Amino acid sequence: MIVGIDVGGTHTDAVLLESLHVKKTAKAVTNQENLIESLIAVTEEVIRGENPGEIERIALSTTISTNAIVQGKTDRVGLILAGGPGLPPEMLAIGEDTHCISGYVNHRGIRVAGTDPREVARIAELFEGKKIGHVGIVGKFSTRNPALETEIGDVLDGRFRHLSFGHRMSGNLNFPRRIATTYLNAAIWKTYKAFVASVMDFVDHMGIGAPLHILKADGGTSSISQSLEYPVGSILSGPAASVMGILSLTDGTEDAVALDIGGTTTDIAIFADGVPLLEPLGVTIGGHKTLIRGLLTRSIGVGGDSSVRYKEGRITIGPERAGPAAAFGGPSPTPTDALILLGRTDIGDKGKALKAIREIAAQAHRSPEQVAQEICDLACRTIVSAVREMLQEINNKPVYTVHEILEGKKIVPAVAYIVGGPAGPMAPYLEKMMNIPASVPGYAEVANAIGAALARTTTEVTLLADTEKGEATIPEEGIQTAISRNFTHQEAIDLCMSTLRARALRMGAYEDTLDMEIVEDQVFNMVRGMGYTTGRNMRIKAQVKPGLVAAIKEEGGQ
Amino acid sequence: MTGSRKKTGLVFFPAFDWAISATHPEREERLLYTQDQVFEEGLLDLDNIVEFKPGLATIEDINRIHICVPDANRVITQSHLISAGGAITAAEKVMEKEVDNAFALVRPPGHHAMRIVHGARGFCNINIEAIMIEYIRRRYGHRKIAIVDTDCHHGDGTQDIFWHDPDTLFISVHQDGRTLYPGSGFSDEFGGPNALGATINIPLPPHTSDEGFLFVLDNLILPILDEFKPDLVINSAGQDNHYSDPITNMSFSAQGYATLNDRLSPDIAVLEGGYSIESALPYVNVGIILAMAGIDYSHVTEPDYNPEATRQTAQTSRYIEQQVAAISDLWKTRATRRDALVKGKEYLRRSRSIFYDTDMISEQQEETVRICNECGGLITIRSEASTGNRIFAVIVPGRGCPVCRHKGEEIFEETGTGSYHHVYFQDRDRDLFLVK
Repeated sequence: MIVGIDVGGTHTDAVLLESLHVKKTAKAVTNQENLIESLIAVTEEVIRGENPGEIERIALSTTISTNAIVQGKTDRVGLILAGGPGLPPEMLAIGEDTHCISGYVNHRGIRVAGTDPREVARIAELFEGKKIGHVGIVGKFSTRNPALETEIGDVLDGRFRHLSFGHRMSGNLNFPRRIATTYLNAAIWKTYKAFVASVMDFVDHMGIGAPLHILKADGGTSSISQSLEYPVGSILSGPAASVMGILSLTDGTEDAVALDIGGTTTDIAIFADGVPLLEPLGVTIGGHKTLIRGLLTRSIGVGGDSSVRYKEGRITIGPERAGPAAAFGGPSPTPTDALILLGRTDIGDKGKALKAIREIAAQAHRSPEQVAQEICDLACRTIVSAVREMLQEINNKPVYTVHEILEGKKIVPAVAYIVGGPAGPMAPYLEKMMNIPASVPGYAEVANAIGAALARTTTEVTLLADTEKGEATIPEEGIQTAISRNFTHQEAIDLCMSTLRARALRMGAYEDTLDMEIVEDQVFNMVRGMGYTTGRNMRIKAQVKPGLVAAIKEEGGQ
Repeated sequence: MTGSRKKTGLVFFPAFDWAISATHPEREERLLYTQDQVFEEGLLDLDNIVEFKPGLATIEDINRIHICVPDANRVITQSHLISAGGAITAAEKVMEKEVDNAFALVRPPGHHAMRIVHGARGFCNINIEAIMIEYIRRRYGHRKIAIVDTDCHHGDGTQDIFWHDPDTLFISVHQDGRTLYPGSGFSDEFGGPNALGATINIPLPPHTSDEGFLFVLDNLILPILDEFKPDLVINSAGQDNHYSDPITNMSFSAQGYATLNDRLSPDIAVLEGGYSIESALPYVNVGIILAMAGIDYSHVTEPDYNPEATRQTAQTSRYIEQQVAAISDLWKTRATRRDALVKGKEYLRRSRSIFYDTDMISEQQEETVRICNECGGLITIRSEASTGNRIFAVIVPGRGCPVCRHKGEEIFEETGTGSYHHVYFQDRDRDLFLVK
């Protein structure tokens, strides 16, 4: 049996899966002040009467870190940056506790200037004086050579509650994003750790010995104990749960678009050959562009409960939600009310929906039915144009080889998967506008919890092998190792893949669902002087693809 | 820093799968460390920097400016269509006002490619700036355009293409041709008879440093631009004046390049040469991008930058001052010089030997231009290359006058293939390219 839990912004859901069938579901309103309480309530409900020994795994997605960041309830962070030449320091600082120090490595990971331990010690004292407990250490190109960050860490070691290191966050290049990611990691570390401790207490208390997993922004899981060093990976797991839920309920293998139509927003995700697309560099949260590996999702301010208004001769929808739909006692008409009036769904009080739509119809001098149709069309049109824009952006993404320019794959969705409250009633309209079949999977109301339950463990590693320098680095694992001048491309691939495998297994992956692939593989001859080949520069990135341990075995949907 | 924030477009195309040959300077690795630096600095995340995917130039775009022998498809690879397409994309984004300025950071380069193309010279097959310029004029209407070529090598291809065009000011500042390929670009190369003064060559002595380049910019280039009043300024942004470049001898720095770009404020910059791929290009390109975007570039310096060690000698400074004075004088007297040159003449002819160092081809060329006060003048070219190809070309210039066009049409009609493999007719205004 597998338990999946999704602590969402509005509701907390749990599912109990047995042999890949949904056995039980539970739902509760999320208590924003005490997420753990909501989590316990739904989990207790689904495992009541079950034998805890038969539970093989518990996986959960939570908004704990996201909430802390978005609401600014994070800890004060001291940042130490070793940047060298480039953008002016004031463009890199996050908050007043940022200090730029001397010392940097260049693009090849060669140490150009060392750090000054006395300078670092002075900053450490300053942080201590300000009672700062969490410190982020970030070097430019530290993914190419983490030594400076480690040296700075050695000076700080034991003096602070936690140190976050830039090179551990991601193998991707982007110094400002590395700074933001490290900052956020440090800022939520304490909150996240306390949450994990409560969850583990609860699980122990229930007598469950199964591995406990947390869903990350990339739609994969990590064992909860491994996630403690990198808590920032668990942000935005809500949208990830939704995408993985759709995947688990459909198990498609074609290009597809996934829509989660909620109360306030619609979240859009794209699948290429059935695999959800990832953000090229990392997700954006609370205004911070980061290197956090995450699913590519776009959120627009149109949902079932968005306020509908009549302004300057035009009907507008959203982006705000004033309350539930008028049919459920809300203050203003909504797309849900329009769908009720059009007879697409029989939820709520139709009389109240009509009354609310009628107000707009009077201003627009049209019949309520006409207005309802217009609202519905506008909502669908807004969603569809956002999908098109997103696809265009993906398909126009710059590429850097002649081959990719000429042969580059274009994503052309063959199907639209739609979940969320208004999914069923809106599907026929969306289907027509997008000119592809729409599918509304069954169990959509607990899709997020199912997604968390079935997501496989994912991760990635980035290898740079520079045979001229005689060194290979894999920053995510803190590996920096000597290689011979004859180190081959095949050896580089083998090192990258074996490191990925070990890392994934440590994070809780199952050997039989380790779907590993190479996502980047470039080899450059390094030529210096007058045509003298001095070495090879190899860049390989490998990942465990986002995907499922297995798909749900349920017939459902429309 | 002189300006405020600008929206800058970046067309980045490093062609990681294209090289002239495995160990050639123009190889896959060339923009690798530039990419690393640009990515690591996070420049593409800044609100006012937008990256665009390059479009593909077409054969028509090439035929608008070049006479390729025997035809365009035989002298290019797909990579050339992408780098020319990248320059065109950069121009489109500026012309459509999507951005304030744009930088095409693309390869392979183009400024040694001349009007007639029998093969590759100076690592260039087709002239990506020239193709871009005629594309702009075709699509957006006629524009007065100034090109400032800051590559260390004389931009002899661009000079050749616009030699007779009074509406394209070509200014090349480069290492003295007596000390570097292609061995041309002396100040007396000053434009064809109908466009005298629209070509300005500023050869500088080896080891000229930031001080010298900026002196030339402030005291010669900017005043000439002020007078010429171009609609668009284009920077042929070669980066081999850098003190660490392996195949040149100058002492320019990343700070110097950024400052030059800041003061010149080009609408479009297009990468040309620059082969110090590890020590110079990452820093020079970041400097140029920041300068174009109006962001503080004062922290962009090479790890080994030492202005004292690379500073030019007092003797070099004096020599440059004299050069600037002499070229200013040429520029100011261009009208009287033209009168003397064309007096009593109906046609002027020049005969040249052109060497294609990259492809080891030599060409004999005879170019005749009609003296014309109304337009750039009708051009006819006879060309024979060591490949055995013999061709004749008739070129009616952009905004050509009726007389030049009529004469051109007559000549094309009368000229049979006979001893030529091909006879070409190129008419810019009508976007016509005929071959027989």
